[in-house]
Amino acid sequence: MDEGLRSELSKQGIFTTTLEEIYNWGRKNSVWPLQFGLACCAIEMIASTMARYDLARFGAEIFRPSPRQADLMIVAGTVTKKMAPQVVRLYNQMPEPKYVIAMGACAISGGPFKQGYNVLKGIDRYIPVDVHIPGCPPRPEALIHSFMTLQKRIDEQRLSGNGRPRHLDPDAPSEFPVPQFGEHDLEPTKNLSVWKPPTLVRHG
Amino acid sequence: MIPLETIKAQIEQAVPGARIEIVRNDSPSAQHSLLLGNEHALAVAKFTRDDPHLRLDYCSNATGIDWPDAVLKEKVKIKKVVDGTEKEVEEIVEKKRQGFLEAVYHLYSMELKHGPLIIRMRTGNRTDKAHLPSLTPIWRGAEFQEREIYDLYGIIFDGHADLRRILMWDGFQDYPMRKDYVEPDDYEYEPTPHDEVLEKTQKHYAQETKS
Repeated sequence: MDEGLRSELSKQGIFTTTLEEIYNWGRKNSVWPLQFGLACCAIEMIASTMARYDLARFGAEIFRPSPRQADLMIVAGTVTKKMAPQVVRLYNQMPEPKYVIAMGACAISGGPFKQGYNVLKGIDRYIPVDVHIPGCPPRPEALIHSFMTLQKRIDEQRLSGNGRPRHLDPDAPSEFPVPQFGEHDLEPTKNLSVWKPPTLVRHG
Repeated sequence: MIPLETIKAQIEQAVPGARIEIVRNDSPSAQHSLLLGNEHALAVAKFTRDDPHLRLDYCSNATGIDWPDAVLKEKVKIKKVVDGTEKEVEEIVEKKRQGFLEAVYHLYSMELKHGPLIIRMRTGNRTDKAHLPSLTPIWRGAEFQEREIYDLYGIIFDGHADLRRILMWDGFQDYPMRKDYVEPDDYEYEPTPHDEVLEKTQKHYAQETKS
């Protein structure tokens, strides 16, 4: 619809929109996170929901204790290899549309524990992550920024054609394989359909 | 705290046949400890808890140590005939030491407000004789810590009611805190690897080019 006509109509008290716009507007303004935290990042996540930072301004104040009612998973903290299958299982139990924010150095890469034997080097090895936030831990402002980034991304989504959101694509997967406890490590160690190992850049 | 020699004598009197050795710590902390023989360790532990002069009723910390096989070098003074005259000469003697695992307990008394008394126990070797008596029947607080030692070092505590892994999962085969633990090769690209990480990097890419 022509922008000029639209503003002209709104001056007359007639509100026009598209299905896509109102659909995305509804989705992006009621993103309910899953109430779970794994380490110190969770404390910052809690802080950002309290009065001072007030995550409720973005329609995300209701932390659901059940994955069945949640839209967003904030992976807040260190994901140990022992915890990783449970995180993936929780993600699988969330209904579409669902989003993931990997909060903090540990959740995006293993952080200070990256060289350890017991910590997963980023939750994006098993589930698709929408927004990564660096920081150790990230401040509530950073979490709010990631929320706004996510909202922007939701708003930009087209409802049909290529690149439409996963829940509107019958061929796109909604569940991802849960890693099993192996004898020495998790099996498999990564899900190559969602995560590509970084390649070595050799100079000279 | 009563001097360690006195405690040792008291224990030897109370528990006949107990093997006790004082392990000296020559660092500034000077925290000397008692090395207990495994067969009487439980009786000795019970004595240190119940004796009215010791009353060590609180096990604050239990941890493990891995001592791999090693060659120890010791300086020994030997009398030797050099150029016709007898002289004392220092010589370095090499001794092979078989590896073993060790459990260390730090004991305090809440009632008498003293401590710590440090006791140690050693296994026969690092493979099939990695058994120690559990002290959980004496100090209940040692339960999880002994499970942790079992999990990370592989010491099997006989007499422990619930000896399972506590941090790693049940099907896990390795003991990660042992010196010879080989961690799974899940190295990932690092922009500026150095020191140990550089070693890991080189090992990883050498493996990758092979396969």
